[in-house]
Amino acid sequence: MPDIDEEIRDTSKGMTSIVKTVVRFALGIIVIFGAYIVLYGHLTPGGGFAGGVILACGYIVLTLAFGRQIALRKMNNKAASILDTSGVLAFLAIGLLGYTGGYFFLNFLGRGKMFDLVSAGTIPLCNIAIGLKVTASLFAIFLALSIFGRFISSLVDEDE
Amino acid sequence: MICYFLALVLFVMGLYCLVAKKNIIKKIIGVTITEYSINLFLILIGYRRGGIAPITLRGMDPGEVAAKGVDPLPQALVLTSIVIGLGVLALMVAMCLRLYEKYKTFDMSEINRLRG
Amino acid sequence: MQGFYPLFTAIPLGMAFINLLMAKISKKVADYIAFIATGVLAVMAVRMLFEPVFVYKVGGWPPPWGILLVSDGLSSLLLVVINVIGFLAIIFSTKYMTTYTAKPKYYTLFLLMIAGMNGVVITGDMFNMYVFLEIASIASYALVGFGCEKEELEASFKYLILGGVASTAILFGIAFLYSMTGTLNMPDLAQQIEILGMNKALGFVIALFIMGFGLKASSVPFHAWLPDAHPSAPAPISAMLSGVLIKALGVYSIARIMFHIFGPEPMISSILMFLGALSMVVGVFMAVGQSDVKRMLAYHSISQMGYVTIGLGLGLNPNVDPAVAALGLFGGLYHLVNHASFKSLLFLCSGSFEYRTNTRNKYEMGGLIRRMPITSTTCSIASLSISGVPPFNGFWSKLIIIIAFLKAGYPLYGAIAVLVAFMTLISFVRLQKDVIFGTLPEKFREVKEAPLLMTLPLIILAVLCLALGVAYPFVDQAMLQAAKDTLLDKMAYMSLLTGG
Repeated sequence: MPDIDEEIRDTSKGMTSIVKTVVRFALGIIVIFGAYIVLYGHLTPGGGFAGGVILACGYIVLTLAFGRQIALRKMNNKAASILDTSGVLAFLAIGLLGYTGGYFFLNFLGRGKMFDLVSAGTIPLCNIAIGLKVTASLFAIFLALSIFGRFISSLVDEDE
Repeated sequence: MICYFLALVLFVMGLYCLVAKKNIIKKIIGVTITEYSINLFLILIGYRRGGIAPITLRGMDPGEVAAKGVDPLPQALVLTSIVIGLGVLALMVAMCLRLYEKYKTFDMSEINRLRG
Repeated sequence: MQGFYPLFTAIPLGMAFINLLMAKISKKVADYIAFIATGVLAVMAVRMLFEPVFVYKVGGWPPPWGILLVSDGLSSLLLVVINVIGFLAIIFSTKYMTTYTAKPKYYTLFLLMIAGMNGVVITGDMFNMYVFLEIASIASYALVGFGCEKEELEASFKYLILGGVASTAILFGIAFLYSMTGTLNMPDLAQQIEILGMNKALGFVIALFIMGFGLKASSVPFHAWLPDAHPSAPAPISAMLSGVLIKALGVYSIARIMFHIFGPEPMISSILMFLGALSMVVGVFMAVGQSDVKRMLAYHSISQMGYVTIGLGLGLNPNVDPAVAALGLFGGLYHLVNHASFKSLLFLCSGSFEYRTNTRNKYEMGGLIRRMPITSTTCSIASLSISGVPPFNGFWSKLIIIIAFLKAGYPLYGAIAVLVAFMTLISFVRLQKDVIFGTLPEKFREVKEAPLLMTLPLIILAVLCLALGVAYPFVDQAMLQAAKDTLLDKMAYMSLLTGG
């Protein structure tokens, strides 16, 4: 992709081209690993929160290396907030769907075979909802603090 | 037994940091240290010598895991408490930035408009 | 109705986030969403009064493993207090909060706070209680600092640090209990502790809980945050914090844990009675010299919560006659309900005055009864209630507490209660003189009455204040009796584990 190469050569935004190149290779691995942790949360250690943190860290690395513009193009403040909210609502909806079997948060889907990817009923769905929520909200917190931090540092400059 | 004292020492250190330091950031660090000491304590409750991770993988006997594994419940509690701690920490840092915006200082002894 | 018990937390949680999503499309919907959600909750809470005691198993898991939700007299009582006051505060907010920006976010935080408090009240699991307590606390930290001015941020930060310490102490206590008993289910914990008996580790746990929940309830040695935090919040939030939050998070949790998990114990009883008496005295003396109306009300909150704590303390005492202990407990619970009604009314009134006059300093106001008759009258009624003048509700609960202490052979505490009631009366008579009567300052000649949406909750609360006092033998005695009987019957609570 030519525009990415230009971004890497452009030293005015973000960090040096070494960091940018490394991040470009590592980012895919980070995202895949995060998605793996979320999806396999019901079989191995991990789950929605841990995977979501890894995914959010992917975005944060992107922001640090390339500057805010590129990261905001992938997911801006508003999109993060909407994803965050829909994650919560999805989780709550899974809980309410349990009423089809008579209880709040009842695991109403079939359990499936042990150690299969599609098993354990609603738990993988819960993990995905939590992963969505954690990714979006951690990234939103990071964005909010970094925008605010820039504002604060401009205040400091004024004082000096 | 000695490792429980480690949790206690961490707790007291966090409290000391909270009470004695005037800088807001250091106070936040103090709160976080106390939180983590409790997390450590919870993990130590579930620990048993020679225990294995309480996760059944393919080819393992669930009964064996139940007999030898460490207690998984405190670990779940710690995960929840870490999430809550993250929320509180984010709020504290945001509040701290706001305070700096208004008062232009991180020194708690200069932030004293409310008295009496 | 029983099947829908978890909706007490699910509705406000869901609505809080739907509200956030809808606000991106239209800002006007937020008012209606919050209004409908709290209205439905209030109706459901009143319906819950007529349900028998039952246990709800979340996800269908049997008790020692799954999370239990318990509905009994005490939790029904608290649910009514939380949701009705929350509904009235939301009605008040629709107009009052127009002076602030970001109204949808305010409603989201408000609904999250209600979800947390409802969760604390309905749950039967220690750790679940801690999680809901944190949800309510975090929402309230943010709401205290909602104005983002210097004072508000400072108050919020203090509250945040002290609240963080309180949560840590509570979690420490829960971890200790788990390490001793191997369970987190509250009826199961009660059974295990019955077997273990009292020992030093349990004493440490009790100390941690009294410190943690005492901080949340702002009992006197732990009260430093309250006089800053409650006045700094927007008026409906002050009403919620003083009227409901310190009760649902602090006093309710202390009552539930001390009565049902540890059982009657002379040591806990004497500590609670001492803390209650100390709160009463210190709070009322600190309130004397305050010029800020809301700050004075906040100190009175500390003092009035002392009455509730001292009543609970007497109820826990196994050495006095059970009938007298029950009377003290009854007085404490009755005062809890009464305090919720008149203190939220007072805070809403102060918000109404502030909305029109833009000041909270009582020396700048005066003679407002001529310009704002409804707000002034309701404020008068609330002042009479809190200072214990006969037909209103505050009088009866204070009288019951004083009689119980005299009968139980603690004349000193009884005398302190009488003295504090007298001091409260003086303090509120001065408030009346400075704000409502007296000369009207020149600059307030053109002040108008607050809009209807703000006066309506005031009128409803004032009627409640009167009704709880006058119609007390007919209306609310049954509900208070149920709450009192629940607290005194530890055996019934333990049997919920198997019986439910």
